[in-house]
Amino acid sequence: MDETVAEFFKRTILKIPMTEMMTILKAWDFLSEKQLQNVNFQQRKESLVQDLVLLCEKRASVHDAALLDIVYTQFHRHRKVWDVFQMSKGPGEDIDLFDMEQFKSSFKKILQRALKNVMVSFRDAEENAVWIRIAWGTQYRKPNQYKPVYVVYYSQTPYAFTSSCPLRSNIPLLGQALTVASNHHKIVKMDLRSRYLDSLKAIVFKQYNQTFETYNSTTPLQEKSLELDIHMDSRIIHENRIEKERVQRVTQETFGDYSQPRLEFAQYKLETKFKSDFNGDILAERKEPLRCLIKFSSPHLLEALKSLAPAGIADAPLSPLLTCIPNKGMNYFKIKDK
Amino acid sequence: MSVLRPLDKQPGLNTATILLVGTEDALLQQLADAMLKEDCASELKIHLARSLPLPSDVNRPRIDLIMFVVNLHSKYSLQNVEESLRHVDATFFLGKVGFLAMGAGQESHCSIHRNTVTKLANTYRSPVFFCDLEESQVTRFFRGQAPAHTTDANRTRLSPWPVPDTCPPGP
Repeated sequence: MDETVAEFFKRTILKIPMTEMMTILKAWDFLSEKQLQNVNFQQRKESLVQDLVLLCEKRASVHDAALLDIVYTQFHRHRKVWDVFQMSKGPGEDIDLFDMEQFKSSFKKILQRALKNVMVSFRDAEENAVWIRIAWGTQYRKPNQYKPVYVVYYSQTPYAFTSSCPLRSNIPLLGQALTVASNHHKIVKMDLRSRYLDSLKAIVFKQYNQTFETYNSTTPLQEKSLELDIHMDSRIIHENRIEKERVQRVTQETFGDYSQPRLEFAQYKLETKFKSDFNGDILAERKEPLRCLIKFSSPHLLEALKSLAPAGIADAPLSPLLTCIPNKGMNYFKIKDK
Repeated sequence: MSVLRPLDKQPGLNTATILLVGTEDALLQQLADAMLKEDCASELKIHLARSLPLPSDVNRPRIDLIMFVVNLHSKYSLQNVEESLRHVDATFFLGKVGFLAMGAGQESHCSIHRNTVTKLANTYRSPVFFCDLEESQVTRFFRGQAPAHTTDANRTRLSPWPVPDTCPPGP
């Protein structure tokens, strides 16, 4: 095996935490049960990696290493930041039957025709999805295996999710390849980005507002009122109970009872004229719009927004600019004067 | 316009009623729980309100003490207190009102300067206490001054309020 390939294997296996080693290797499905049994998983990581690389050396290729990298990324999808692309068919085009193999070969061909050195790997996933790994090279350089781009395409939908591409110039080519290979006409990047691929999926496929079927919808209400009773010392009297209930109701109407999809930020780019109550304010006299960027960050933005009004930090109802995020499927906004 | 007046009702027998006004319900609840744990000469009742005026259709006892709770991390809470102050009769400020400013310990999160609250308290001739609530339910009070380094050595005990027939708030 080539030195560079061996190095690629070593670095890929080293990334895997010891606790997940067995799971990921099994998912990779390259080493047989027998081979895995013969490996000592109790030794130190460096020696384990060496043993595994030796095992792979005999018949593994760079493509197998790429597949292992895909498996690792599937288990650690939150380490990448995902963008969302939406494709559309031209007007009057029929919905063709989708052929996965044809898509894969077409996608690969388009990229290879444009760039001489590019390595494309595929791994099928559930829900008719395919994970695509692309390692970019140039005319004179072999593909760089350490800066790949991942694309997750759900074939029954017009949506594809891509990890952020370090080589910006390749994005249009990637979009073109996706569009043509999947028999679409146009591709557009949505203003939606997050680390949490499953949350992006939930937003884009409108699956976030489904409550679980086994969950009895009457029990949470009972639990809530019980909670209030347990904490209520009879010596503590809440004066604004009606207002509190109104806030709870409005919050529930806006956000629902289900858990929110997970986003880390919402960004608002304002290009509006400055509005001021004072007459003769210098800023209000400007003809050009004031540029301003507002960013809300949180480990779980939508849950944080949901808890603002009940916590007494903001008025209910919240601004529709904040509450429209899952509905509109956007967390990047450009606000201009009408 | 319902305005709170200090002497418009008869006092309850051996009872003291404290009104906490602030936007953050969880904070008020924690404060109230901590206060009730302490010994008090009278029977203590604590009313929690988000803002004033209070709902007028409720029969409530005479309020002996109002504490306005401001979270220094939230301009919204200061705005709320400023608006609520308008619904309190002037005679209340003769020793029956105080201000609690929370969150001074986390300087980087403060969007209201400590002096703003101090000035507000001075305008209304009422004391201001800076405090923070901790997990262990121990509330540390520093009268009139924000804690610079909150070590045990710097902790000062709160002196009792010179208000008759009611018990002092907090430990």
